[in-house]
Formats: sequence, structure tokens, C-alpha cells
Amino acid sequence: MTKRTQKQAGASEGRNLPFLYRHYSHEQLRDALRKMHLIRQFEEGAEESYMRGLVHGTMHLSIGQEASAVGICMGLGNEDQITSTHRGHGHCIAKGAEVKRMFAEFFGKTTGYCRGRGGSMHIADVSTGNLGANGIVGGGIPIAVGAALTASKMKTGKVVVSFFGDGANNEGAFHEALNMASVWKLPVIFVCENNQYGMSTSVERSTAVKDIAERAAAYSMPGVIVDGNVLSEVSEAAHAAIERARAGEGPTLIECKTYRHRGHSKSDRNRYRTKEEIEEWKNSRDPIALFEAELLEFGVIDDDGIAEIRAGVEQEIAAGIAFAKESPSPEIANLEKYVYTEQA
Amino acid sequence: MAAAEETPTRELTYAQAIQEAMAIAMERDDRVFLMGEDIGVYGGAFQVTGDLVERFGPERVMDTPISELGGAGVAVGAAVTGMRPIFEFQFSDFATLAMEQIVNQAAKMRYMLGGAVSVPVVMRFPAGSGTGAAAQHSQSLEAWLGHVPGLKVVQPATPHDAKGLLLAAVEDPDPVMIFEHKLLYKTKGPVPEGYYTTPIGKAEIRRSGSALTLVATSIMVHKALEAAEKLAQEGIEIEVVDLRCIRPMDRKTVIASVCKTSKLLCVYEGVKTLGVGAEISAMIAESDAFDYLDAPIVRLGGAETPIPYNPELEKATVPQVDDIISAARDLVMGAR
Repeated sequence: MTKRTQKQAGASEGRNLPFLYRHYSHEQLRDALRKMHLIRQFEEGAEESYMRGLVHGTMHLSIGQEASAVGICMGLGNEDQITSTHRGHGHCIAKGAEVKRMFAEFFGKTTGYCRGRGGSMHIADVSTGNLGANGIVGGGIPIAVGAALTASKMKTGKVVVSFFGDGANNEGAFHEALNMASVWKLPVIFVCENNQYGMSTSVERSTAVKDIAERAAAYSMPGVIVDGNVLSEVSEAAHAAIERARAGEGPTLIECKTYRHRGHSKSDRNRYRTKEEIEEWKNSRDPIALFEAELLEFGVIDDDGIAEIRAGVEQEIAAGIAFAKESPSPEIANLEKYVYTEQA
Repeated sequence: MAAAEETPTRELTYAQAIQEAMAIAMERDDRVFLMGEDIGVYGGAFQVTGDLVERFGPERVMDTPISELGGAGVAVGAAVTGMRPIFEFQFSDFATLAMEQIVNQAAKMRYMLGGAVSVPVVMRFPAGSGTGAAAQHSQSLEAWLGHVPGLKVVQPATPHDAKGLLLAAVEDPDPVMIFEHKLLYKTKGPVPEGYYTTPIGKAEIRRSGSALTLVATSIMVHKALEAAEKLAQEGIEIEVVDLRCIRPMDRKTVIASVCKTSKLLCVYEGVKTLGVGAEISAMIAESDAFDYLDAPIVRLGGAETPIPYNPELEKATVPQVDDIISAARDLVMGAR
């Protein structure tokens, strides 16, 4: 994970490379791109499955926000933990979950991560350190602080990342949790994915500060603003925050400025933002396109390599959906299973 | 449990019993720690944690900021990841600030995640009226939490049970909410030394009788026993069932008692409507005991009002011994 990249002869020679390219191997960088594609195609696959009536309920897609999920999680180990949000599919994949079991969950099957009890909004893979998406805005933030308290008390060396959106920055839970994390100097990183809108209400209309990272000052922790669509920027900020947390110096608030290409959920008619705005973000600031351009420029990958990644991901998604379709549904008789822990 | 009866007992107050339980839990298990507002050097608003901070240090007796929602969430997060937190709300009323974490997170996390995690958190709620603290520091909100699958909700009435149920709660893999009536903190009773647990979900018959089944919770158990004593002088022998736990509820014990006595009186401090007594009554109405009833079920609960400040008004808000005596007498004499 911390292996330094050997400089490629040619393209990158003599240049002051961004953090990402100094810190990670080419293989790791290509894997990061693969994960971003995996998230994108997972979301597209989930959306299509929803349209075809295979997934019920609703879902919140993170298309356009792949760089923050991957950029943060690539700095974490499997044992490190995250809490996630209602827009949490990307975090789950970035932390290491298998897409087939995520699809199975969306399809409500027993092979799903939550055995069909959670669905999109509660997707989790505890085995890879994801303590769960959350249907309550800000709900996961104090839980992350609690997980960090465990890490601190048990001296496990783990760090915990709490992902949340811009909307959560106006929840009391956010403020209470940041304060406690700072008072107790806990190994937790607060990652605000500011996609500009809490459902339909813009940050401008809802939030007294210009940048959410400014909130950090109130809790005496570093507040870092990054372009959340530039993987290298996210990764660099994550790295510094993780080092700080592991060193026992306390929490950091990272604000990733980003954008969701899709609406808030499936009921969104996008009446609060313009087509032009959406197109601008899609065409000029797409995190995958930006990362691919850099990888090509620095000679980490070529066009064939990118095509190969895309094709591999396509296969994985198709296989995942097939797995989900074929999987069994839960038995009604087991409705009350998992309400309480079964005791011998 | 059973072994406890053979170990030496001494008289402790309810508060001392809880404190002793927390000390034993921390001695037995490094994962156990306490969180709450002013539970450290202050000793807790009701002196329940007392000097535990001196024995166990501030890392294990953690003062939190006045942040009920965040604090409860931290406890939940710590529990999910391997600790055994005991979280004290300064007053049960302040649970209203933390409902999100209790109801949406603690209660549901295991289910939402398909059994991938357990949430072994214990939350303590000093509850009830009688202290002149008025409407925002005197409520009995246990029925709110009793309504939520995923939680367990207990109401110990005696020092013995306060200790035993707390130790059982710490052992329990799921979130256990303990409602402690503030007026009970200074009451005394025999408490076995050392470690024992009182089973969660088991009611206790405190007094046997055949004239009527009185199901009571928390402090009402004591008022019921006082009433029973006086009624006995009139020749009316009532059975007093201490429910001890409202979720899960010990249906078997209550149903068996009502089958024996054919009459049911429910006494609880929480607001009468949609309260614990509603569930007990419905449970009996749906059970075989219904056929045994020879009088309507009667509930004595809290008045349909916030708890007032004036002591006379406050007293009038919750069932008192005389109310219980007259309700029981009417029921037994067929006046109902």
C-alpha cells in the first residue's frame, strides 16, 4: 500500500508528480481506476435493474463521486473501518466489498450482504470494515466516533472514516460527534462529500459557512478542502489525515467538492439545478475521465489498458447481476431472525 | 441467579446496588466502560457512579460533553466494534435527544445488516416523578422504547434486581435499556455479594394471592405491595406481579396469574393511554386468560398531563397507594 511508485521513463520524467503517483505503484493506480469503473458500472447496473423492476424501493446513486470513495479508501487497510451514507454503494465497493453480494442485497436475496434485510440504504460489508450505509443523514457520524473510541481503547491502531454528505453538516449529530472526536483525540476522519445539494437544497441556501471544511475550526481540527473529483487530491488529503489519526493526533475534516450526476433518488426531477450545470460536471469534471487522462499522461496505462479494465468490469457486473438473480429469496418464516442475537 | 440466593447478602440502596454491579462488570471485563454526563468526579446527578472514577480512572468512567445524541451514538459505535459501554442518561427525559441513535441505529443495526453485527450497549435512564423537577425531568418514557423491536427494556424495582439486571444487561449481546426510578435510588433491600444475574424477560411474583392479579412496574411494585398489605387486613389477598421487563414481556407468568385470580389490575407510572398497561391488558384479552376474567380489566396509570411542579399536583399525576387500594377493592367487590 505504501510502496513508492517507480518513475516511468518518458512521460513522467523530470516532472513534479502529484502525490498519488509518487506514493502508489502503477499496479495500485490501475486498480484504483478499476475500482472507479466498478463503482460507475455498478451504479449503472443497479439503475438498470431498478428500471427493469428487479430492485424495489429506491436508491441513491453516486455516479460522479467515485474519486472520493476510492481516494479515501485506498489509503485504508482492510482492518480500518468506515461508516457510510444513503449514497453508499461506492464506499462499500471502494472498501473491498464484492459487487455480486451487493447486487444480491439489492435484489433482496439471502446471499446479499444483509440477507435481504437492508437493501441499498443499509448496504454493509463488516468483513471489509464497512459498518454500514445509513438511512439517517448524519446517523453514522457518532457511530464512527464510537468505533474510533474502541480503536483507541483497545489500541488496535485502526482508523475510522465517516463518510457523509453536505446535508449532514447541519445535523446536530455532526457537531456533537466532531466535538467529541476532537476532545478525545480519536483516530477518525470525517469525509464530507459535498455534492452541492442536500436533496434539492443547495449548500448556499442551507449552510452558514461557505466551505463546510470551515466547520473544523470550531472543533480545533484541520479542515481540508479538496477537489473531490481529482483522485490525487483526495488521496493526498486522506493520507495526511490517516497518518495524523494513526499518530494519535486526532481527527481531520476533509471536504471533497463533488457532484452527483444523477438526481437525489429515483423520484428526483432535477428541478433545482440546470441542465447546463449537470452537463458541465459530466463533460468537464468527470472524476474517471480526469483520472484516465492523468494516467495516460504519466504513462501508467494506455488506451488498450483502459479498455481492458472496462471490459473486465463489465463482465464482473454482468456476473454479479446473474448471481443476484439466481440467488434464493429469504423465507418468510425467518422474518424475525436477526432482530435479536440468537443465544444458545 | 439461583446461586445468588446462597451467597451472603447485605442491605444496600438501589443506587449502591447499581454502582456495585457496574464495578463488578468492569472488574470482570476490560471491555466494559461507563459514559455519561457528570458521572466522573461529580459522581452522577444521582450519585449512582459515585466514586467509581477513583477506582477505575477517567478512561473507564468517561464524562461526556452534554451531547446526548452524539454520546449515545458513540456508545453504539463502540458496542458494535467490540466494547461493552454502559451509557448513563442524566435523566430519562434526555433520551428524547438521542432517540435517533437508540431507535434507528442501536435497535436496528443487527437486523439491517442481516445479523452481521450485535450491539451490546447498555443504557441507563433515571426516570419518574416525585422529585419536584417538573415536566422535563420526571417522565416515564419506557413504553416508547418498549415499542421498538431490537431493544430490550427493563425496570428493576428492587436493589437485588437493579444489580442483577444490570449485570445481565452487560452480558446481553443486544441493546438493553434500563429504566431506574429516581425515588428508588435511596430505597434499601437485600443484595447478594459478588456476581449474579437476574434474567431479562422474567417477571417475579412478589406476593401471592387469589383475589386479583396486580401487575406493576418499577416503583409501583412497592406501592402495590403497600396496598396489598392494607388490603390483606380487610381480608383481600391480592397477587402482586413485578413485571421487571417490558420487552420481552413475561406473558406466561402474567397469564398464569390471571387464570388463577380472574381479575387484572395494571399499575404503572407512565401515561395511561398507550402505555405498558395497554399492552398487558391486550395480551390478557388475546390469551386463554380472557375466558377466566370475571370483571373488566382496570388500568391505573399516569394522568394525561405533563408532570406538574406543585407537589400536590405532582402526586395527583401518578397512582398512589390509596388509588391502588380503592381500585383493587372495587374490582374485588364487583363494583366495577
